[in-house]
Amino acid sequence: MSETLVAQLPVGPAEPAERAPTDWRTQSMQRRIRQRYAAERRFRLLGMAAVVLSAGFLAVLLVTMVYNGASGFLRTEIALPVDFANAGLTVDPARLKGPGADLALAGAGVENATKTAAIAAFGPQGSDLLSDGAWLSVRAAIKRDPAIMRGRSIVWVPASDAIDIAAKRTGSPENEAIVAHFKQRNAIATGFNWPFLTASDSNDSTRAGIWGAFKGSLFTMIVTLLIAFPIGVLSALYLEEYAPRNRWTDLIEVSINNLAAVPSIIFGLLGLAVFLGTFGLPRSAPIVGGLTLALMTMPVIVIAGRNAIKGVPPSIRDAALGIGASPIQVVFHHVLPLALPGILTGTIIGMARALGETAPLLMIGMRAFISAPPAGLSDPSTVLPVQIFLWSDQIDRGFVEKTSAAIIVLLVFLLAMNGIAIYLRNKFETRW
Amino acid sequence: MTISNQHKICAKRVSVYYGAKKAIDDVSLNFDQRYVTALIGPSGCGKSTFLRTLNRMNDTVPSARIEGDITLDGEDIYDPSMDVVQLRARVGMVFQKPNPFPKSIFENVAYGPRIHGLAANKTQLAEIVERSLRRAGLWDEVKDRLSDSGTALSGGQQQRLCIARAIAVDPEVILMDEPCSALDPIATAKIEELIHELNGRYAIVIVTHNMQQAARVSQRTAFFHLGTLVEYGATSDIFTNPRQERTKDYITGRYG
Ligand SMILES: Nc1ncnc2c1ncn2[C@@H]1O[C@H](COP(=O)(O)OP(=O)(O)OP(=O)(O)O)[C@@H](O)[C@H]1O
Ligand SMILES: [Mg+2]
Repeated sequence: MSETLVAQLPVGPAEPAERAPTDWRTQSMQRRIRQRYAAERRFRLLGMAAVVLSAGFLAVLLVTMVYNGASGFLRTEIALPVDFANAGLTVDPARLKGPGADLALAGAGVENATKTAAIAAFGPQGSDLLSDGAWLSVRAAIKRDPAIMRGRSIVWVPASDAIDIAAKRTGSPENEAIVAHFKQRNAIATGFNWPFLTASDSNDSTRAGIWGAFKGSLFTMIVTLLIAFPIGVLSALYLEEYAPRNRWTDLIEVSINNLAAVPSIIFGLLGLAVFLGTFGLPRSAPIVGGLTLALMTMPVIVIAGRNAIKGVPPSIRDAALGIGASPIQVVFHHVLPLALPGILTGTIIGMARALGETAPLLMIGMRAFISAPPAGLSDPSTVLPVQIFLWSDQIDRGFVEKTSAAIIVLLVFLLAMNGIAIYLRNKFETRW
Repeated sequence: MTISNQHKICAKRVSVYYGAKKAIDDVSLNFDQRYVTALIGPSGCGKSTFLRTLNRMNDTVPSARIEGDITLDGEDIYDPSMDVVQLRARVGMVFQKPNPFPKSIFENVAYGPRIHGLAANKTQLAEIVERSLRRAGLWDEVKDRLSDSGTALSGGQQQRLCIARAIAVDPEVILMDEPCSALDPIATAKIEELIHELNGRYAIVIVTHNMQQAARVSQRTAFFHLGTLVEYGATSDIFTNPRQERTKDYITGRYG
């Protein structure tokens, strides 16, 4: 029986009589194994080095920013004795209550009275020790307590930026001496610079604040998000779920991919031509900035959105279609929720880029000097990165630390924005 | 034509193309309301393709094109006036790989009735969910954890969840494409038992590679080969006394 079977078998090439088993202990084998381990180690070290390097860069950046910028959040104040009774201020106490107070006091000569007080207290050059905005503190003191107008009183007023710098770090020898002199009399103090957070741009570094630019950034980002997110997501959904696959959709896909890579300043030119030129929208306004940045952000959201939608397993679509869900129900009940984390990731990247963008906004006039925060979307304003750019251009030494402080504010803004997006993403993340 | 009263679905001279490639060639086949019909045949012969024409799931494949007529209760399902969404609610489907939604067990079953407005209120919806899970033989295993994710169940439980989801919309026909191919013998036995229980209430069409399974669960069997219908008849006839040589080869080959 077995003989016949063997006879029927096709005759293959003759096997070598003895096949030596693989010897894993020969020298060349050992060398190969050693090399394999070495390659593994090298690769791991390289990876680690890359991570350490980038973390190091980040740390250096943060440390320098905080080191340079932290003092931007502080300001020096000097105790100024003011003899209100003999300052010749003529103001009706009744007008100090209510909205007309600022105007009444400005007209009453508070600014002059402050200068006189400084000269009286610190000598002929006395008013140079104070910030140009020192009289605002005096005005505020009067508003807080009109009773002080009847006698002498000490008001803490901001120091000039030369004194400010001498007090916080090293200034010129004369100023250092002045600061030391004040310190002996406890007439100088450094505290948190609230006006930096509540004021807007100014020519005087001691009065310059970030609020106007912050609000401008906020408005601009809101416009960008409201335009780019829905349009980007809807485009991604349409292209993935409904659009037929043909030459036109291929063309659209290529265009979108290219659009995402276009240098941002070109979007600025586009915004200038279209929104300002054709539609006649106001110059320097957050609405225009937002629209321009939305153009820039949209392709990023579309690309990320399409990838996220592609990543939704087809079996989920089949399941929903199989029990009679309409295409739109499939999209909104199943595909979109599952794709949302990916879409949000793309949105974070796009928005973060938009937040830090300067060039396109310069083109549409958001670089103007604007000393009041925008009240609405069409008021002239600037944004944080442009403000940083403008301040970094100033010669005045006081603006150096302001620039770093503004960068810290921008980074905090960015972190807050990303934090919200990551929170939302985790909230929508489906556990499989 | 009195007998056609019993025919839930009639497929007449159906051909399906993927682009220029013909995947189903001129198949005519009627499905009886009372029976479980098994579709068998070697891999790639077009069983899934044919099954998916019955609830128009092939519409989702852009290159697919169909010729011929398919009627459900005498209505042409490829007629332009046919509402595909409603059709798929009437002809439910269970897929080869269990595909529960990444939602809670309750939501998985409740989804269909909810989108079709089958429940007037929450209590009714809960009743439908419980009834469907009971019929799918899953209720006792999941009744205490209805809010857990459907994807956290075992493969066999997931597949029964998918069956519960399909019967929750009260279909007239259930199509099953190799529902047990990813399951172990015990889970398979449970699903087969379930098919027995559902038999009679729903017309069932099941694709399977497992000859014993076809023999166990079906009353009618259709054998496909290379896109054509080779033989169709009572399951007992096909398995004991096939008329065609190819059918015999396939069945005996499998029995080995
Ligand atoms: N989406 C598609 N596009 C192009 N060709 C397809 C597509 N789906 C299936 N086909 C082809 O159609 C033929 C039949 O496929 P089908 O999936 O119906 O086979 P099947 O009998 O279900 O096989 P199996 O038992 O392996 O599941 C095969 O040749 C397959 O390659
Ligand atoms: Mg198949």
